[in-house]
Amino acid sequence: MLSRTADSLYWTGRYIERADYLARILEATLRLAAIPTKTGTEAAIWAAALATSGCNCMEGQDLSDGRAIREHLALSVDNPSSIHSCLTRARTNARSVRTALTVELWEAINGAWNGLAEQGRPRRSDEFIDFLQWVKGVTLAVEGATSRTMLRNDAYWFLRLGAAVERADNTARLLDVKYHLLLPEGERVGGQFDYFQWTTLLREVSALTAYRWVYRDGVKPWLVADLMVLNRQMPRSLASCQASIVRYLDRLAVDYDRRGPSQRIASAQMQQFEGADMEQIFQSGLHEYIQGFLHENDRLGAAISDQYLS
Amino acid sequence: MDRGAGMAFDEMDGFGRGPRSAYQKAARWLAEAPPDLLQARSRQAELFFRRMGITFAVYGEAEASERLIPFDVVPRIIGGAEWNGLEAGLIQRVSALNAFLKDIYGPQECLKAGILPSELIRTNPAYRPEMQGRRPPRDIWVQIAGVDLVRTGEDDFHVLEDNVRTPSGVSYMLENREMMMRLFPDLFAEYAVRPVETYVDMLLASLRACAPQSAGPDPTIVVLTPGPFNSAYYEHSFLADKLGAELVEGGDLFVDDDVVFMRTTQGPRRVDVIYRRVDDEFLDPLTFRPDSSLGVPGLMAAYYAGTVTLTNAVGTGVADDKAVYTYMPEIIRFFTGEEPILKNVPTWRCREPDALKEVLSRLDELVVKEVGGSGGYGMLVGPAATKAEIEAFRLKLIAAPDDFIAQPTLALSTAPTLEGGRLVNRHIDLRPFVLSSPQGVTVAPGGLTRVALKAGSLVVNSSQGGGTKDTWVLED
Repeated sequence: MLSRTADSLYWTGRYIERADYLARILEATLRLAAIPTKTGTEAAIWAAALATSGCNCMEGQDLSDGRAIREHLALSVDNPSSIHSCLTRARTNARSVRTALTVELWEAINGAWNGLAEQGRPRRSDEFIDFLQWVKGVTLAVEGATSRTMLRNDAYWFLRLGAAVERADNTARLLDVKYHLLLPEGERVGGQFDYFQWTTLLREVSALTAYRWVYRDGVKPWLVADLMVLNRQMPRSLASCQASIVRYLDRLAVDYDRRGPSQRIASAQMQQFEGADMEQIFQSGLHEYIQGFLHENDRLGAAISDQYLS
Repeated sequence: MDRGAGMAFDEMDGFGRGPRSAYQKAARWLAEAPPDLLQARSRQAELFFRRMGITFAVYGEAEASERLIPFDVVPRIIGGAEWNGLEAGLIQRVSALNAFLKDIYGPQECLKAGILPSELIRTNPAYRPEMQGRRPPRDIWVQIAGVDLVRTGEDDFHVLEDNVRTPSGVSYMLENREMMMRLFPDLFAEYAVRPVETYVDMLLASLRACAPQSAGPDPTIVVLTPGPFNSAYYEHSFLADKLGAELVEGGDLFVDDDVVFMRTTQGPRRVDVIYRRVDDEFLDPLTFRPDSSLGVPGLMAAYYAGTVTLTNAVGTGVADDKAVYTYMPEIIRFFTGEEPILKNVPTWRCREPDALKEVLSRLDELVVKEVGGSGGYGMLVGPAATKAEIEAFRLKLIAAPDDFIAQPTLALSTAPTLEGGRLVNRHIDLRPFVLSSPQGVTVAPGGLTRVALKAGSLVVNSSQGGGTKDTWVLED
């Protein structure tokens, strides 16, 4: 396969995953911002959403305007990481490797792009929620078309690899922005509002019900952290994302009959999760831990790029 | 039926004497079809094309930069005997084009014999002096040609232009057929329509046969595209897909020791045949335009070394230039020793003073074209132009008469076309695709029928609002 094709597939995977993540963040933020609180909090909630998106491109603008942030994250064509841009870029990438995709997958991605125009510009909050629902539906359709129709060959592994790397990155960012909410027991006992934030955090990653199934307990911040970092049943946890990355890279190594730096980095990173426990992570600092993970994930991205995509 | 198109020959009704034989069943079917059926099918087709992303880009329009080519569901039908005549004419013409190019870049016998003025070649922007004295692998210059035909009467077909650089439109020939079989399966049961799907196999065989000697029994073929922003990108990806070839951009290829390789996830892989949809000037920044980012540095050196086939060969543009076009009848006679089967459209060469005078006095009734132009850009259609447009064009023409030719406004044939739920007559042309290899010259039975959707309009180019139809060649 052409290196450029692999690159486009990898980025198609990343952009679709990012669009989905943004839709979930925005949905949770709308919910969180809707509960009555003291003045000023709403702006803080939107600013947190902006930080969570990993986008620092609203410099110099009024960050107290939730609507502006919402527009920026969802619909802006100037923000390269908005949902609009992600779906457009995913489609541009997919179009340049049209022949590596099944008709069904291409139609799902192209349909998402066509749909962007039909969706127009939602104004009211209820319209906005419909838009986010639509985005989630679209990314699910892409996911379904990928898993149901693509041959399990290198094209598939690159798509999947991109999605897994992006997902790991998103989860880590989300945790990093909210890590102060997830400190161990005793540090700080949350009030009603904190509780709402934790549950919202879980909703952001579609894990509230999962949490209850796994822990059979009330929502406690350190258990939330455990779910998002170490739990292997939780598909968005850092450990699960890492396991997926290792699996896809291994499949590529088998198909191509060669292991390289990216396989070695990914496996070494996976070792970190074996036998780790949340207690230790808290002791050495959750923030530092996440920063370390993000750094390693970047290094892995660069290694993948060197080895396959250029 | 709204005739709207004056007294042009109609593919279905001739000059108004009832359905011609190839159309008899279709005329009955069209008359009996429930009124809403065609309209419903037409909407279905549009939906499908959009979903599939079968689009083309329009240059100079930021807004609608990706558009659908409108598809008309009423097929254009050509009888078997009628086609046989066209096919023979096309084979003759493309054979002559290949012989002409071989000669121009070789001994130049035709110039010595005075068949056409040699400055027409020397000063031609599409002439590539780099190719003088060279031969492409297997000595085939034009492997793929698209010849534009128009019709003015029962037996009057004219060649409007030859396209022997990177002719496009073949994906529409194939997709339109696919669409018609999906929309009207019953019609195909009634008609014996010759299949066009074989084109891909023919093309693959032809590309393989043109591979250089150095290639093994299973040559690696790639399709080279300028990229997703090119107007014909969909077609490039379509062809790569059908051929089972990689769709590459310039950056995917590199040249090492006069051999072309592509960058793959498993390291470099040797390339033998490049079906390039990139113009000559952009192929290799070391030889042609140094600012080209579409090309591959060193590609021409590899080409000269004979390690790679470029389809079509470099320098073929000199043969489809509109100025050279006017000499095609003489070129065909010279190289084949036969009378041309397909006629040229009578053409004034504005480079000749008498012709220029005549053209200037009749600008309002003629079609004036730039000799190097294509795609309907930069031409004047006298009868459809405003006074101001004509006067502006007059100045351009006087300033550089060598750059233009003029032709009478032909009454292009019309074909029944769906508009707002009813059938109207609209002008059409036809672009069949002709393949050449050491094994011979073949024509896909069909082609791209383009239709000018505006009443009375003669401009069929998709960039100017034209649409397409499926083209049926019947098995008689």
